[in-house]
Amino acid sequence: MSRTIKGRAHVYSRAHINTDEIIPARYLNTHDHAELAKHAMEDIDKEFLARVQPGDILVAGEDFGCGSSREHAVWALRGAGIAAVVGTSFARIFFRNSFNNGFLAVECVGAAAETTTGDEIEIDVDRGTFRNLTKGTSRDFVPLGEFVHELLDAGGLLPYIAKKNGTTYAPAGPQVDVKLTSLKG
Amino acid sequence: MSRPQTITEKILAAHCGRETTGVRPGQIVNAAIDLVVCHEITTPPAIKMMQRLGVTKVFDPDKLVVTPDHFVPNKDIQTAELTKELQRFVRDQGIKHYYELGEHGICHALIPEKGHILPGMTAVCADSHTTTLGAFGAFASGIGSTDLAAVLATGELWFRVPPTLRFNLNGKLPRGVFSKDLILYIISKIGVDGARYCAMEYHGDTIASLSMEARMTISNMAVEAGGKSGIFHADAVTDEYVRARTSVTYTPFCSDADAEYQSVMDIDVSSLEPIVALPSLPSNGRFIGEVGNVAIDQAYIGSCTNARIEDLREAAAIMKGRHIAKGVKAIVVPATTSIWKQALREGLFEIFTDAGCVVSTATCGACLGGSMGVLGKQEVCISTTNRNFTGRMGHPEALVYLASPATVAASAITGVITDPRPYMN
Ligand code: SF4
Repeated sequence: MSRTIKGRAHVYSRAHINTDEIIPARYLNTHDHAELAKHAMEDIDKEFLARVQPGDILVAGEDFGCGSSREHAVWALRGAGIAAVVGTSFARIFFRNSFNNGFLAVECVGAAAETTTGDEIEIDVDRGTFRNLTKGTSRDFVPLGEFVHELLDAGGLLPYIAKKNGTTYAPAGPQVDVKLTSLKG
Repeated sequence: MSRPQTITEKILAAHCGRETTGVRPGQIVNAAIDLVVCHEITTPPAIKMMQRLGVTKVFDPDKLVVTPDHFVPNKDIQTAELTKELQRFVRDQGIKHYYELGEHGICHALIPEKGHILPGMTAVCADSHTTTLGAFGAFASGIGSTDLAAVLATGELWFRVPPTLRFNLNGKLPRGVFSKDLILYIISKIGVDGARYCAMEYHGDTIASLSMEARMTISNMAVEAGGKSGIFHADAVTDEYVRARTSVTYTPFCSDADAEYQSVMDIDVSSLEPIVALPSLPSNGRFIGEVGNVAIDQAYIGSCTNARIEDLREAAAIMKGRHIAKGVKAIVVPATTSIWKQALREGLFEIFTDAGCVVSTATCGACLGGSMGVLGKQEVCISTTNRNFTGRMGHPEALVYLASPATVAASAITGVITDPRPYMN
């Protein structure tokens, strides 16, 4: 399986963008991905949702996703249409939450510095190459390793476990969350 | 014969069948989990994911400890639905270690108090401050909801064996300087990602004089330096604390003298002063003398970091016979129900309320901007909590300063960020 993805970049190069900024705690009273997606990155960039299109790639600076363990951060970004995140580095729980969800997070030093929002970029996971197609530049990153590739191929930790056990990971059922937005604290 | 190992490597090795060969940093291992802590925010999604895996029964209900804590008592209809899901899970799975409202507490404070964490264990919770339990010589780390689903289903989880940063703490903490000041100092030195992916391991002669509560505050904030865990070795203090709460036996682990560390930092704790972390990073620590004149709107004494009984006693000692400044809101939120009762028995609530504070039941509350003291636009709060990120305690333009309970109490009295030492009798 080829693991190359291509998309438009949204650059947030500030260090330490934390999970409270990616999805504020005031929205944690739901785990509906679509609902969470409505507030992705809201405290950093109110225009984020309006600009993102499905398949876009977020390019971040150092220590992206630090702070709380909320997996809601990955769900909110993915729900908003983001296909992968390239960061100078990631906080560890965000990093593992990404792979556990079959969501690509790549650590690539220098990517943020030489990318502008709107650039077309390509990530070759097997080779460990980040290419900025608009600017014609390229950077290498340390490939993720066999175990992580297996997680990504399976679509995340739970499908991976199901596969190992010879079962299947059932698709999500209808969301049963109560939606009463007017009562949100 | 394996290479010399750190305590973290030994615990992980013992939980993945590699006692003899050992493990090394960077290796990915699948470790058996001894303790799984569940609360109402991150557990409900994990329950659904476990069901999608076709698993109907958790691997071992007796290894789970469950309490609602973040938004209790339920702050709105949605959180009520989350706690209902948690209750249903407890019933369906026959979980006996369940702490309902009235026995509840912030999980990281409740688990040790009820004797569930023992030296040598592996413990996880889908919550970043799970590192708190490292104070007991356990490997304890925060995970996500998918991880939690995997653990509930299989009893195991993958980990990359972390490199370890060693901190040698020597000397005695001066009067008015607490373990909170010490960990804020460490984070200010190494930064919010200074321990990223790493275990933080503590040594030195200071430790014998630190209570378990003081150690928990240090381990709690490992994640604020990006750490995977913050671990102490079990000693006589640990054993006494654990023995008072459970008769279950345990096997402690100990780093080899020649174990490999990624770095070593020596700290003479006797040279420290009270520290305040300025907005909006826990690493923005300044000695109190450098903070300047900062007027506050709110003082918050709560959270899994600093709302245990010793913390409340420190704060009460400063507030006793004094009154908080006009216009300041002071909120005291004991970390668990038992701590709440103890504080009541000791007369601390009388001191707090006479001083003009309000006291709440145990809850995460305003620590994460949930309830019980959420901040409005541009409000300034000094807090005993662990993170002061943008928007953490409410409005994105609110400003949060982190400090010890003593510093927060003294600041509540004067209305500006204040050195607690002159107020300690
Ligand atoms: S008190 Fe705060 S930091 Fe601790 S578990 Fe609750 S929300 Fe998290």
